[in-house]
Amino acid sequence: MKQSKLGLDFNKVEAARELAGNIAENVQQFVEQYTTVAVERTLCRLMGIDGIDENEVPLPNVVVDEIHGKGLLNQGVLFYLGNAMLETGLSPQEIAKKISIGELDITTLKLNALSDIQQAVNPVVLNTVDRIRNNVKKRNDYLSTIGEGTKPYLYVIVATGNIYEDVVQAQAAARQGADIIAVIRTTGQSLLDYVPYGATTEGFGGTFATQENFRIMRNALDEVGEEVGRYIRLCNYCSGLCMPEIAAMGALERLDVMLNDALYGILFRDINPQRTIIDQYFSRVINGFAGVIINTGEDNYLTTADAFEQAHTVLASDLINEQLAKLAGMPEEQMGLGHAFEMDPELENGFLYELAQAQMTREIFPNAPLKYMPPTKFMTGNIFKGQIQNALFNEIAIWTGQGLQLMGMITEAVHTPFMSDRYLAIENAKYIFHNMKNIGDEVEFKEGGLVQQRAKKVLNNALDLLEMIVKEGFFEALAKGQFADVKRSKTGGKGLAGVVAKSENYFNPFIEMMKGGKQ
Amino acid sequence: MSSGLYSTEERVVDQTLDLAKIRPYGDTMNDGKTQISFTLPVPCNDEAIEAAKQILKKMGFENPQIVYYKELTKGFTFFNCYGSSVHTVDYTAIHVPKVESSVMDMCETDEYIKEHIGRKIVVLGASTGTDAHTVGIDAVMNMKGYAGHYGIERYEMFEALNMGSQVLNEDFIAKAIEMKADALLVSQTVTQKDVHIKNMTELVEMLEAEGLRDKVILVCGGPRITYELAKELGYDAGFGMNSYADDVASFIAQEMVARMIQ
Repeated sequence: MKQSKLGLDFNKVEAARELAGNIAENVQQFVEQYTTVAVERTLCRLMGIDGIDENEVPLPNVVVDEIHGKGLLNQGVLFYLGNAMLETGLSPQEIAKKISIGELDITTLKLNALSDIQQAVNPVVLNTVDRIRNNVKKRNDYLSTIGEGTKPYLYVIVATGNIYEDVVQAQAAARQGADIIAVIRTTGQSLLDYVPYGATTEGFGGTFATQENFRIMRNALDEVGEEVGRYIRLCNYCSGLCMPEIAAMGALERLDVMLNDALYGILFRDINPQRTIIDQYFSRVINGFAGVIINTGEDNYLTTADAFEQAHTVLASDLINEQLAKLAGMPEEQMGLGHAFEMDPELENGFLYELAQAQMTREIFPNAPLKYMPPTKFMTGNIFKGQIQNALFNEIAIWTGQGLQLMGMITEAVHTPFMSDRYLAIENAKYIFHNMKNIGDEVEFKEGGLVQQRAKKVLNNALDLLEMIVKEGFFEALAKGQFADVKRSKTGGKGLAGVVAKSENYFNPFIEMMKGGKQ
Repeated sequence: MSSGLYSTEERVVDQTLDLAKIRPYGDTMNDGKTQISFTLPVPCNDEAIEAAKQILKKMGFENPQIVYYKELTKGFTFFNCYGSSVHTVDYTAIHVPKVESSVMDMCETDEYIKEHIGRKIVVLGASTGTDAHTVGIDAVMNMKGYAGHYGIERYEMFEALNMGSQVLNEDFIAKAIEMKADALLVSQTVTQKDVHIKNMTELVEMLEAEGLRDKVILVCGGPRITYELAKELGYDAGFGMNSYADDVASFIAQEMVARMIQ
């Protein structure tokens, strides 16, 4: 039996995990009956379709819109694409180009037998799967030759809007000690139902996620990684309406970390729950196979809800996210479950409560590289106090063994980080991580004291909440505002029109080949 | 690094406070002492330090001191500096346009509305456009409020709806018509490249086109919003950092009453 520093009852943890598994199974039964426009566009991309038409519409959108517009998406894009390959002898990319200029209607061609169609797409599928497998190998080669930083990984964000300027900032951060660089997306990209194309230099509060931008940053980080003798991980965001598409782009360009959380999209971007939960499944299968560490967005709950009162919702959601990731074949080592340091600084003993919650999360998910988010809600523009708030956050991280440490910026709530803000943040974290390295091994918690009591209470409350969600159902719980105090109905939000029930000819060979990270 | 920090050199400064000529205060009246930090896009060397001093002098700082410097990455050097500002400002001549209502707490505002209006005030709020930040609108509207100031939802005499983030101006207006809103609260956090100005102006134009502008109290808020900017864009008031539900609710109640009298 595991030893808990918090005196946690692991029978209760197992009970909570079982309830979460139950919730996830129900969600999964729903997911398997449907596809979405985003899933189908992802299949286009994995079949090698890329580029834009003369109106700058991405070709994956052209192909999928063509089929969806005729009400035939229930058969799946691969059915028509594979059939067109047989009938025309053209590649998927050539077929997509012909569709875009109105020279080909792939829905009216003579239909071949399903098994022949499946065979036609198979070589392309294998080719793509191999390319992704090679990316995993390349990452592992880097990790075994130049190595990596120690955990918690120092995780910083660049957000200039211009990919070339991002490169300058990212390389600077890596030289200062950052292990993970996230390129923040431009405001509103999560609501675009397409992925923009090419290198971009104009964004608001971030840079467009495009495959070319991924490639540019990947090369820059490999370059600086070799220089500093540490593999530098690249992070982007596969959330929003293009979740699986961005997961595919990331797999093709060797991204290492991806924000990936349907619940986040539902609650904070008002994306339709059905749409994004279906999209999430395929995106997690891809991320799992590509060796990408996902980050879930529970930390965001605490920017709207209270970190003390609502701590159990974070735990419950982490448990559900773990089970959903497991069903997509993702190993625990890739589950960057989220939580955050968002206690009100005015709360007496807030540090101890936070310590309890962070330690509890660590003990409940022993193999997951937990993603720990810095204070944001109570950052005021008083940068001097902010530096201390970030220091307390770093102390808890090293104490409780967090995995991915998002660096707190003193100018949070003021502007996107200066180069010097990142330097100060990394200096702060390195000082504390080094100076307090083994505090977690040395210090134990008082039997029945504040910290132990707090952890027990959060676990009990999470258990109650999960029981309630099992009774009511996942979508109903969302509609009632159980998470982050935000209410979202099953048929509300953006993107429901892109959800289609699969019919008998539907097939997606990538799921079978990728699930479980089969290398 | 700290040359001059404990300098015994006598500096003759008039130590009397003159509100017509104020300067920054370090530890002695009129010493002008200021802390500044910035990064220069040059490698770390003696020339960089001299460049930093010259920048400080051009900014109007006497006796510039570079107390810390560090090359952040190749070709970029960070400085922490101190200096004495030579500039003064006439504090007595300053006029800042601001909200003129008096701030009441939740109970006082509820009482005031009962007495002077006699019905609930309907308030609709949202973070509009592509802005995904809800911290501001949540702090002002949600039941719990922020930093001990209850949100408008908790007020007895307000009927409040917070539409959340990324609400399109057309959806916002449609909801306002449906709810017969008395007041609209717009929150804008993202201000890069002035995206908030475009969005806030568009809302005013759309309200005018619908003939609604004069029928509602239109209020905006956000960390970079000032009352002056709000008025310039055609809003009735704007609330920046350190404003809470109390400020907004008091303003709306008093503005409603003022309009009823007219």
